[in-house]
Amino acid sequence: MFYREAGQFKDNYAADRAVFPILQDRIGLGVILLAAFLVVPLLGNAFFLNSIMTPFLIMALGAIGLNILVGYTGLLSLGTGAFMGVGAYAAYKLTTSFPQVNVLIWVMCSGFFAAAVGAVFGLPSLRIKGFYLAVATLAAQFFLQWSFVRVGWLYNHDPSGAIQIPARTLFGLPITGPHATPLTQYLVVLSIVVFMTLIASNIVHGRIGRSWMAVRDMDIAAQLMGIRLLPTKLLAFAVSSFFCGVAGALMVFFWLGAAEPVVFDINLSFKILFMVIIGGLGSLIGCFLGAALIHVLPIVIRMLPLGGDAAMVEHLTFLLVGALIIFFLIVEPHGLAQLWRLLKQKLRVWPFPY
Amino acid sequence: MTAPLTLYGDPSARSSLARGETLLKVSDVSLSFGGVKAITKVSFDIRKGEIRAIIGPNGAGKTSMLNVINGFYHPQQGEISYRGAARARMKPYQAASQGIARTFQNVALFKGMSALDNIMVGRTLKMKRGLFWQMLRKGPAMDEEVAHRRVVEDIIDFLQIEAIRKTPVGKLPYGLQKRVELGRALAMEPELLLLDEPMAGMNLEEKEDMCRYILDLNSQFGVTIALIEHDIGVVMDLSDRVVVLEYGHKIADGVPDEVKADPRVIDAYLGVAH
Ligand SMILES: Nc1ncnc2c1ncn2[C@@H]1O[C@H](COP(=O)(O)OP(=O)(O)O)[C@@H](O)[C@H]1O
Ligand SMILES: [Mg+2]
Repeated sequence: MFYREAGQFKDNYAADRAVFPILQDRIGLGVILLAAFLVVPLLGNAFFLNSIMTPFLIMALGAIGLNILVGYTGLLSLGTGAFMGVGAYAAYKLTTSFPQVNVLIWVMCSGFFAAAVGAVFGLPSLRIKGFYLAVATLAAQFFLQWSFVRVGWLYNHDPSGAIQIPARTLFGLPITGPHATPLTQYLVVLSIVVFMTLIASNIVHGRIGRSWMAVRDMDIAAQLMGIRLLPTKLLAFAVSSFFCGVAGALMVFFWLGAAEPVVFDINLSFKILFMVIIGGLGSLIGCFLGAALIHVLPIVIRMLPLGGDAAMVEHLTFLLVGALIIFFLIVEPHGLAQLWRLLKQKLRVWPFPY
Repeated sequence: MTAPLTLYGDPSARSSLARGETLLKVSDVSLSFGGVKAITKVSFDIRKGEIRAIIGPNGAGKTSMLNVINGFYHPQQGEISYRGAARARMKPYQAASQGIARTFQNVALFKGMSALDNIMVGRTLKMKRGLFWQMLRKGPAMDEEVAHRRVVEDIIDFLQIEAIRKTPVGKLPYGLQKRVELGRALAMEPELLLLDEPMAGMNLEEKEDMCRYILDLNSQFGVTIALIEHDIGVVMDLSDRVVVLEYGHKIADGVPDEVKADPRVIDAYLGVAH
C-alpha cells in the first residue's frame, strides 16, 4: 500500500536511471545511514561495535570485491583472502615506511597494490573459466600466503612473524593502535565502506558494469558488441582486488590490530565466497545481507544458552552455514537479495495477492 | 535539454559509399573444421543499402558464412573486402567497431539483464567515459548515459517493446527475445546488419512484425541487411538479391525471380519439403 511507484513519474531518464528510482527506497536508505552513523554509535557498547559492526562492515566490503568478480563478471575466485592480505601488508609497509602521511591515505592506496596483483593473477582468465580458473586463483592464494610468511621485508622482520599496526591519528584523534576507541574505529570503517559501496554501485550500474555482466552472460555476443574480453576481465580483477585489498587493510588496521599470515588463508576466501553466495550473486545489498548472516550467526549461536562447549558451537555454526549454502544454491541462487526483492514485490501489490 | 541524438543521427559513423556500391565482397572463401568442409570457394557481394538473403538447406554453411564475415571464424582460403578495402584477419570486436552487427540463430542475449540493459550494451562502443567518471556517475558520465538511453528508448519505441523494457530477458517469450536481440544489434547503429534466421520459431503475426521492422530499417535508415531465412515466401518478398548455398557450395545468385526459376535451386531446395 505504501510501497509503490504509482504517482512517481520520471520526467527524465536521469531520474529513471538512478540506482534507487522509488522514493520509499531512498527514504529507507536514508534511515539506514542515519541509524548507522547516529543510532549505533549512541546505543552500541564496545563489544557490539568492535565484535559485530566493524567486522561486519569490513566483510561486506570484501564481499563486494568478490561479488564484482564472481557475481557480476562470472569469474570464480578462491584468492580473496590473499588479495585482502596484499592490501593489509601494503598498507602496513606504507605506513611504517612513510609515517608522516596520514594512515587513511595509505589504507586507500593499498587497494592499488591489491589491484595490480589481482590483475596479474587474472591473466589466465582469458583462456580458462569456471573450475580451472578457480584452481588458478587457488595458486595465487597459496603463493601469496607463502610470501607473507617467507618475505621478512613484508612484516619488517618482526620476530613474531606478524604485522603489528602502529598507533596513528586523524586530526589528533587516535584511530589505530591501543588508544583508538571502538567507536572511532567503527566510524572510520563505516565512512570508508559507505563511500566505496557508492563507488561500486556507480560502476556496476554504468557502461563498465554492463560490460562485465555481458561477459558473464554470453561472452561471444559481448565480443560482438565491441567488448574486448581480456581488458574487461582484467579490469574486473583489478577493481575487485582493489575492494578486497582495502577490506584487508581495514581488517588489520581497525579491527584486529595485528595479523599473522594465517589470517589471510583459504578459510577467509571461503568465508567471503559464502557471504556472496548466500547474500546473492550480482547484488550489492546481498553482500551486506550475506556478511551479516555469516558473521553474526556464530556470535548469536555462541550467546544462546545451549550449554555446549566452544567446539560444539563451532560445529553447529558449520552445520547451519553448510545447510544455508546448499539451500541457496538449490532453491534461490540469487540469495537473500532475491528474497528481499520478492518481499518488496509483495509489498508493492499489498493488500492484493498480485 | 541537449540536442536530440537519435538513431543513425551521426553520419560520420558510416562509410561514404553510395547506395548500390559494393559494401562487402567475399571472394573464393573456403572454411573447414578438421575434415568437415563447411564452405567451399564461395564468392558473393553485398551492396550498400540492399537486403541480401542467404538461403539453403540445414548445414549448407550459412551460419558459418556470417561467422566468417564478423570475424568469429577465419577462412583457410579466400579474401574478404569491406568498405572497399581488403580485410586482414580480424577479431569480432574489430568487426563491431567497423559497423558490423548481427543476431544469432539461437538467441544469444544476456540472460541476467533487463531488455533495456541488453540494448544499452549495444551502445558500449559509442560510450567513451572511462572508469573515473563511471565511479562518479555524475556530470559527463550521467550526460552520456542519458543521451544513449534516449537512443535506446527510440529503439524500444520502434520495436514496440515499451512494456517489457525492465523485464529480465530470460523471462521473455521467444518471439520477444528475438525482438530484443534485434534491438541490441540496432543499438550499434550498424552499417551492415547480419540476421541469422530472425523469424525462426515465430508465429505468423510475429513474423509479419519482424518483416516490417526489417523493411523499415532498410528504407528509413538505409541499413544494409544480410538475412538468413528458411521461409521462402518471406525471402522472396523481402530481399533484393538472393544467394543460395548447398553443402558449402554456391549454387545460385540473383534477384528472387531468377533464383526461383533456377532448376538447381528447385532441385536442391525449393523442391524438397521441409
Ligand atoms: N564450430 C564448428 N565445428 C565443427 N563443425 C562446424 C562448426 N560450425 C559449423 N560446422 C559444420 O559446418 C557445416 C555448416 O554449418 P552451418 O554453417 O551451421 O550451416 P547452416 O547455418 O547453413 O545450417 C555443418 O556441417 C556443421 O556441422
Ligand atoms: Mg544456421
